Amino acid sequence: MNVFAVGVGGFLGAILRYMVGKIIPSPSGFPASTLIINLLGCLFLAWFFTFTAKKLSINPNVKLAIGTGFTGAFTTFSTFSVETMNLIKNHQFLFALLYVLLSILGGIGFALLGAKFAEGNVGPVKHGKGRAD
Amino acid sequence: MLFVGIGGIFGAISRFLLGKWITSKSSSSLPFGTWIINISGSFVLGFLAVLHLGNGIPDWIWLLCGIGFLGAFTTFSTFGYETIQLLQKRDRRQAVIYVSSSVVLGVLVAWLGGLLGLSFPNLL
Repeated sequence: MNVFAVGVGGFLGAILRYMVGKIIPSPSGFPASTLIINLLGCLFLAWFFTFTAKKLSINPNVKLAIGTGFTGAFTTFSTFSVETMNLIKNHQFLFALLYVLLSILGGIGFALLGAKFAEGNVGPVKHGKGRAD
Repeated sequence: MLFVGIGGIFGAISRFLLGKWITSKSSSSLPFGTWIINISGSFVLGFLAVLHLGNGIPDWIWLLCGIGFLGAFTTFSTFGYETIQLLQKRDRRQAVIYVSSSVVLGVLVAWLGGLLGLSFPNLL
């Protein structure tokens, strides 16, 4: 049953990734679609896993379908690796560096943000940072 | 599109089962399951991408195995989540090792897979 749940999620996640990839352009060869997909996935998965662990317990199969299956298949690491390698191969070193840094730091930042949202302790004014930004 | 979806089913299930099995064998605090999955998937995708570019494989194999299976087998969101878990446990060193080795090795093996793909027609 849990394998089935992961499979259903994987089916939908892979198709959504494919469709989003067709819609979002790659300006000058910069892989914007994979970047956006991976960042959104990091934000959502950290929110979802933290929320279902701490705030709301849901059916484990639903959790597997949405988290491990859908979000796991929506985001991708292999395409990220191949795209980075292609940028390096094409001597687009600045793009390669930008792509890796945005993916990694952005992914970690979005995941931290997602977990914070789920815990509900995103203070409006904390550490002196204005909320208007 | 159906090819991508079918590949996605098997990619996600393989990641789930293999990840669970590797985690059960590993005693390290590093998330080795995702680590091995992402790096091995990068190698095979590098190989397939070169074959696809050189029209060495039909489109449906690329959609099924490349975009569908390998895209869903490897994952960035779990990678991100595992990294913040290491950070939350104050395992900053482990987090840096996990992230940097995943990226450096992922790109390196994608390149090696591509080299294999380039020489593949000659091997046959």
